[in-house]
Amino acid sequence: MPPPTEEQVLQVVYRAIDEINPGLPAERRLKKSACTALFGHAGALDSLGRVNLIVAVEQAVEDELGASVTLADEKAMSQSTSPFRTVGTLAAYVWRQLGEHGGRG
Amino acid sequence: MAEPRVVVVTGARKGIGRALAEHFLSCGDTVVGLSRDASDLEQPSYRHLRADVCNEDEIRTAFGEIRRAFGRLDILINNAGVAAMNHALLTPMETVDRILGTNVGGTFLLCREGAKLMQRHRFGRIVNFGSVADPLRLEGEAIYAASKAAVVSLTRVLAREFAEYGITVNAIAPTPVATDLIRSVPSEKIDRLVARQAIRRLGEFRDIVNVVDFFVRPESDFVTGQVLTLGGVG
Repeated sequence: MPPPTEEQVLQVVYRAIDEINPGLPAERRLKKSACTALFGHAGALDSLGRVNLIVAVEQAVEDELGASVTLADEKAMSQSTSPFRTVGTLAAYVWRQLGEHGGRG
Repeated sequence: MAEPRVVVVTGARKGIGRALAEHFLSCGDTVVGLSRDASDLEQPSYRHLRADVCNEDEIRTAFGEIRRAFGRLDILINNAGVAAMNHALLTPMETVDRILGTNVGGTFLLCREGAKLMQRHRFGRIVNFGSVADPLRLEGEAIYAASKAAVVSLTRVLAREFAEYGITVNAIAPTPVATDLIRSVPSEKIDRLVARQAIRRLGEFRDIVNVVDFFVRPESDFVTGQVLTLGGVG
């Protein structure tokens, strides 16, 4: 399977958003846009919501791209700017992870 | 008719794990057994996956297979464990790493991957394995007892973290049961250990099955973070 494009990875993140949105209050549901803020002052998710989104993205990557990635690794946690700031930065981080490791699929 | 429950049992090739796998099969459940080696258990509702519980890649691959095959997980029985009975002064660090890696690391890893699958359906039952080695402060089992104390602590904390998802996490702490795990232990030592129990006999598979059945039944949805010790110990 050829490596996915960044746009394909973004679509996978959108599907993960579709999965977690029903469990969020209506006013906190995530918009499917690369600019959507996830955490921090403008972010919509609390800490549990972040856990749910990361798990949903890992599973969506495995289901749709046939690759296994660990997103909440020490590398992600130690970056000075979190890769989980927005939907776009999250997708870019997943895409880089897939490029670096090819996943474990 | 209700859908069969999907059950994962670690260390399912023999001993307590095998007995539990056969029990769940007899209840009409779908059972996935995990162990490092192949199993000779052949039943239509049984699937055996070879994986080392402390190998993250192997466990993630196994749970990926479970997710693709069944799309859910209802019950996880973390039975796999290793022991080594040695005086602390004669215990190499390699043994320490192996026991902690399998008993603590493996239990954590399975809980983590199992809960990811369970949280999709907002339901799950996890049963971990402690041991009377911890409350009895068994000499010659310092690392094994420490590993089981850690499993109990893990159980209590994960019970709180996973409650949000409708997942309960409990532990059973069995007395010695006649399995390979205690085969190399001198019988006098086992006799002394049994003598410290309120009910002085070896545990049997049915004792384990009874407690596990209690923890996993739907009516036990208000029971989490608990440790049930057999034999009147503690």
